[in-house]
Amino acid sequence: MTELATATRSLVVERLMPHPPEKVWRALTQAPLLEQWLMKNDFQPIVGRRFNFRADPIPHWNGVTDCEVLAVEPNRRLSYSWNASGDEAATGITTTVTWTLTPTEGGTHLRLEQSGFRHGNDDLFYQGAGHGWRKMLAGLERVAAGLS
Amino acid sequence: MHIAPDTVFRTLADPTRRAIFERLVRDGEQTVRVLTGHSGVSQPAVSKHLAVLKLAGLVRDRPQGRQTHYRAEAQGLTPLIDWMGLYGAFWRDRFDALETLLNRMDQ
Repeated sequence: MTELATATRSLVVERLMPHPPEKVWRALTQAPLLEQWLMKNDFQPIVGRRFNFRADPIPHWNGVTDCEVLAVEPNRRLSYSWNASGDEAATGITTTVTWTLTPTEGGTHLRLEQSGFRHGNDDLFYQGAGHGWRKMLAGLERVAAGLS
Repeated sequence: MHIAPDTVFRTLADPTRRAIFERLVRDGEQTVRVLTGHSGVSQPAVSKHLAVLKLAGLVRDRPQGRQTHYRAEAQGLTPLIDWMGLYGAFWRDRFDALETLLNRMDQ
């Protein structure tokens, strides 16, 4: 399930994984495993640890994501910042990615939330919008609701 | 007509122009004269902003007699909404890859 909760304030993706939380946790926190499904990285599950995700650059994106570990609760919750880097750092996204693992019968309910998209001066596209961006979103929601 | 997200974002990044667009969204169709009264800038400036909004596909104009009426064009926000969905698509793909990995991993 994917939703753009109230426009862009946060993005939530959830899925039931038929695997125990301990196993999902390993895939989320062991760098070589993380690389296999997400991106090359130098992640370590230590609060305050700064690390990068690296992908091949594409137009308008240098491929490098600047991150810092914000929360580590083994088998339950993992959170890190997810920010644009280099020349794009000043104007690109500054978001927070939070993984929540909930044990369920037969597996793990895995929830991803990426939040912080709305902050006006964080994002190249919204540069200059400032605090007006949030207000604009209210209008956007109304218009979006009317989209066929 | 294809309009790049950049065009929509840049168009709405101007606070005065965005305020005009928001007013059209909120209040429905308006004349340039009425919009000018609310905007705090001159009528030529409002007309210029409306021309930019029109180029970005965000407003539609309807001439009636000597007046031109403008209204917000809901479809104009589609590139922006699509762009916001990119991260959703990104994470869904990653979830697929994670699931594949989990299926391969030992307990």
